[in-house]
Amino acid sequence: MTHLWLADAAGTGPAAYEAASGAVQSAAWLLVALPLAGAAVLLLGGRRTDRWGHWLGVALSWASFVWGVLLFLDLRGLRPEQRERDLHLFTWVHAGTFRLDAGLLLDPLSLAFVLLVTFVGSLILVYAVAYMEHDADRRRFFAYLNLFVASMLLLVLADSYLLLFVGWEGVGLASYLLIGFWNHNPAYATAAKKAFIVNRVGDVGLSLAIMVMFAAFGSVSYAGVLTNAPKASTATLTAIGLLLLLGACGKSAQFPLQSWLGDAMAGPTPVSALIHAATMVTAGVYLVVRSGPVYERAPNAQLLVTIVGAVTLVFGAIVGCAKDDIKKALAASTMSQIGYMMLAAGLGGVGYVFAILHLLTHGFFKAGMFLGAGSVMHGMDDAVDMRRFGNLSGAMKFTWVTFGLGWLAILGVPPFSGFWSKDGIIEVAFSTGDGWRPWVFGLTAMLGAGVTAFYMSRLFFLTFHGRKRWPAEAHPHESPALMTWPMMILSVGSVGLGGLLVSGGRFETWLEPVTGHLTEKDPVVGKYVLMAITLVLVAAGIALAWRQYGAAPVPEVAPRGSLLTVAARRDLFQDDVNEAVFMRPGQYLTRSLVFVDNKGVDGVVRGLAAGIGGLGGRLRRWQTGLVRSYAMSMLAGVLVLVLGVLAVRIG
Amino acid sequence: MNLAWWLYLSALLFAIGATTVLVRRNAIIVFMGVELMLNATNLAFVTFSRMQGTIDGQVIALFVMLVAAAEVVVGLAIIMTIFRTRRSASVDDVNLLKY
Repeated sequence: MTHLWLADAAGTGPAAYEAASGAVQSAAWLLVALPLAGAAVLLLGGRRTDRWGHWLGVALSWASFVWGVLLFLDLRGLRPEQRERDLHLFTWVHAGTFRLDAGLLLDPLSLAFVLLVTFVGSLILVYAVAYMEHDADRRRFFAYLNLFVASMLLLVLADSYLLLFVGWEGVGLASYLLIGFWNHNPAYATAAKKAFIVNRVGDVGLSLAIMVMFAAFGSVSYAGVLTNAPKASTATLTAIGLLLLLGACGKSAQFPLQSWLGDAMAGPTPVSALIHAATMVTAGVYLVVRSGPVYERAPNAQLLVTIVGAVTLVFGAIVGCAKDDIKKALAASTMSQIGYMMLAAGLGGVGYVFAILHLLTHGFFKAGMFLGAGSVMHGMDDAVDMRRFGNLSGAMKFTWVTFGLGWLAILGVPPFSGFWSKDGIIEVAFSTGDGWRPWVFGLTAMLGAGVTAFYMSRLFFLTFHGRKRWPAEAHPHESPALMTWPMMILSVGSVGLGGLLVSGGRFETWLEPVTGHLTEKDPVVGKYVLMAITLVLVAAGIALAWRQYGAAPVPEVAPRGSLLTVAARRDLFQDDVNEAVFMRPGQYLTRSLVFVDNKGVDGVVRGLAAGIGGLGGRLRRWQTGLVRSYAMSMLAGVLVLVLGVLAVRIG
Repeated sequence: MNLAWWLYLSALLFAIGATTVLVRRNAIIVFMGVELMLNATNLAFVTFSRMQGTIDGQVIALFVMLVAAAEVVVGLAIIMTIFRTRRSASVDDVNLLKY
């Protein structure tokens, strides 16, 4: 490897470059294999690896990142139309005429994900070294995180829906293991189970979608499905689109499968930052964008994606306004932001670009804020109630500044990252479709930005400003450098990534091989008018939050609040609805089935046995043991037979 | 003489034997009833042989005698054993093999 790169650096010509390029690409499987090997070593090595295991996990994750950067540079060196490489690994399924190869698809979209996952993931792993320092099970934690990184990379690099499904289940498993990492607490174990089960509902959709693809196209690879999509009927494509959307809803915590994300905050904070904010929960958006050619020809399914995104965006924002648990408020915000991405992905066209752009910027600022929340918890003895924080800005300078930068980014204040992506989404929402659509989706996205500004400012002011409300025994202090450095690096991304990617249409051009050449349409209202109204709404949100939570004293125990507040605290009754509609009837169904089985099926079998036994019990009375009565019955039998024969012969 | 009379005699003997088996309790007497029934059938076989003019009935009568002899040996041995253990030859006392 090394000498090839030296050859390239020395500029010995295109031939050397081609060779180097081939070697980097053909070893792209290392991206997945390195963290997977880390997980295997840490899990199989047991206690022997306790001392250095976490550093191994960190190192392998960074190694994946370095390989990802090499692949990125390599792909960038190619002409745009060549920037799609399908790397064949091995023949996976070969049955009759069906043949499926396991392969990795290296294209601008998958590489954008690879860089996000490995870079943010590696930073969070470094952070976790310090965060989990006093946990006896730190090695297991890193093993699971490495497993997650490997599965996530497999998910985004797969070149077929079936291989994607393997990664999809892998991240689901890692998510389950990590939410329930402290499973000695029954509530956390339940949260893990809830996440797993809700995700299964979505996975049913995804696996059915794969089956429909197999029936319709005889293939489940991207190449086979997406290139043949124009030949299929709209009904088939709509079915595939809706089933894929169900899968995406489960993984990305979109309405109506969103109930698990709030409880998933039971996991350690680095997990919340990596899996439940930056990467795994965005897999649904990836799935929708990747399946773009299907959705383009199934307008109803596409519209439903947009509606799901819009509903979730509002839903998450309302829930976020009422939560007092800092992590749950951030989780609601994640849900809402992924709603933005879904909305954009459902709009198609330029929407894909802004969905992925928002996904990347959100990955940075939300991960940064989660790490900040973890840092606050670290300094406050794992307290999460924001009503008992207040005025932490003095005690935790680095956390305050990095969190503040993430806050400005998510608000969409120019020139921070979120501005570019979120404003782009609002603009696309106002310019796509005709009739009522631009108005409904555009206004939803715009109002969502205002509500986002309110609840994120509420969170920020409650935690870092106002009067101090923490208990007397708390001694807030800044976290160690291993934790503050990742936060600082992520906050650099929160500040600059959006502008960097947008300037000169850089990101749009980069994604062009995947999305095709796109032309931006003009929104129904002037572009700068939209921007101005959005910023006014954001400013209003901040002002309202400051008036209520910054300037005014905040009660340490939450007041009862309005009806909407009460509902939002209970996640708008999502658990109650699930319980009433699915859980209780399910329980009654199983109970009635148990009853039918006991009384009906077993009743027939047992009744038959009892009847035969009873009959036998009566019949055995005939066996008296008296020889003469046997002789009598024999004689009687013979007489009957003889008389019978005579009757037949004579009669 | 009409051969049918022999058949009537055979039936009468069989009936006497059967009645003996059913009403008497002493195993030896019951056994005698059985023998009587067997010989009544022998008589019927021989009579039929004479009526048909063939030898088959007589052959079967010989077989029956043979089997009866063997049966007497086994039966009397069983009765002897039962009498030794239970001090009784009544068939009604031997009723342990029941429900």
